[in-house]
Amino acid sequence: MNAVLIVLGVLVLIVILLAVWVIGMYNGLVSLRNRIENAWSQIDVQLKRRYDLIPNLVETVKGYASHESGTLEAVIAARNAGVTASSPQQQAEAENMITGALSKLFALQEAYPTLKADQNFRQLQEELTSTEDKIAYARQFYNDQVRAYNTKIQQFPSVIIANMFNFGQREFFEAEQGSREAPRVQF
Amino acid sequence: MFLVLVGVAFNVLIGYGPAGLVVAVVVAGAMAFTSYWKSDTIALAMSRAQPADEQTYARLHNLVEGLCIASGLPKPRLYVIADPAPNAFATGRNPNHAAIAVTTGLLETMNRVELEGVLAHELSHIKNYDILVGTLAVTMVGAAALLADVGIRALWFGGGRRGGGNSASGPIVLLALVLIAIAPIAAKALQLAVSRRRESLADMSAVEMTRYPPGLISALEKLRANPAVVQSANRATAHMWIEEPVPHRDDTRSASKWTHLFDTHPPLEERIAALREL
Repeated sequence: MNAVLIVLGVLVLIVILLAVWVIGMYNGLVSLRNRIENAWSQIDVQLKRRYDLIPNLVETVKGYASHESGTLEAVIAARNAGVTASSPQQQAEAENMITGALSKLFALQEAYPTLKADQNFRQLQEELTSTEDKIAYARQFYNDQVRAYNTKIQQFPSVIIANMFNFGQREFFEAEQGSREAPRVQF
Repeated sequence: MFLVLVGVAFNVLIGYGPAGLVVAVVVAGAMAFTSYWKSDTIALAMSRAQPADEQTYARLHNLVEGLCIASGLPKPRLYVIADPAPNAFATGRNPNHAAIAVTTGLLETMNRVELEGVLAHELSHIKNYDILVGTLAVTMVGAAALLADVGIRALWFGGGRRGGGNSASGPIVLLALVLIAIAPIAAKALQLAVSRRRESLADMSAVEMTRYPPGLISALEKLRANPAVVQSANRATAHMWIEEPVPHRDDTRSASKWTHLFDTHPPLEERIAALREL
């Protein structure tokens, strides 16, 4: 009678410990997954900030270099393509266009010393440069979080919980197409 | 400074027997706790740091914001010290109560990527809880000094009461004396060794954040080339800065391991070499 009680007690204890362990593991995976969502929204915040800054920049440059309309329009067009992009593929293409158009715009300051000296322009340049940095950092952080999560759901014993509750693999944010390939040099 | 104060307090109190000892321990503990809890306020006041204005120091704020995104840390408060010597330090007991201070000299000397490297180094100190580690190390040193002091007193008074009857314990007493003399020094050396390890760790974490070693390398090279020393820094706060803010000795070329025993930072050459290997 006594022995039965002890065995029963031990079994109950094991079940309780197991439940606590599963709950802890499950909650850990959930918070890792939410961190990925948060990291992703960080990227969006910075992208939006860039879209907001560009019109100001174009207006400022217009005051000094109005006949460089080609460069200015290219920046606006690239920005609008980014805002209206519906697929990640389109978005990546627009981002590339913006980066290229902006570097041409910033190159204008060498030809227009008054533009280069403008306080507003310099402020906007600082803001845009750091926003580009922040976009890159946000993507880096997103990838770090994805790596941590993917590693966790593949590792034993968390892989059991992950499979039980359908925690799927997440995808990395890939570098823009072309930037990974070495440039082809033609002779 | 804190240790000296504790020492003085202890020496005054030890004359009053065991009760004094208890008071001394409590006082020392309270001071260690205060220096940990209020580390940011104290350090910033000591170095005469002013809050960095977001408009004037837009680049500083932007770079730190970017690094915080990369590392997932909350943004620390930012301060500027009016001093032509390029240097920076981080303080605060945890990432939510952290602050970074840079000198105006640093902002003028460093370009964007170099400044980013330095800030990443400071942010790494916050991320790695180096203020906590440093406080623990200092507390250990304090405890060792305290124990040594107790030991000396015990020998002094104990020996006196016994009247020096048994000469057989002579060598043991001598050994104890030597150990008591060495303990605080060894503890201090250990604390500084910990400090140097944390510096190297912060360099590595900084590069993990920026993924760009050349930025920090070239920043450290600029620091090496610049002999200026921060005026408001002293030995007590030396361990917090990115570069040791005390004058460089002349004999660095003939430096053996022993000359660096009491440095708070590894030599810049070693740090640069370690980063180059990445």
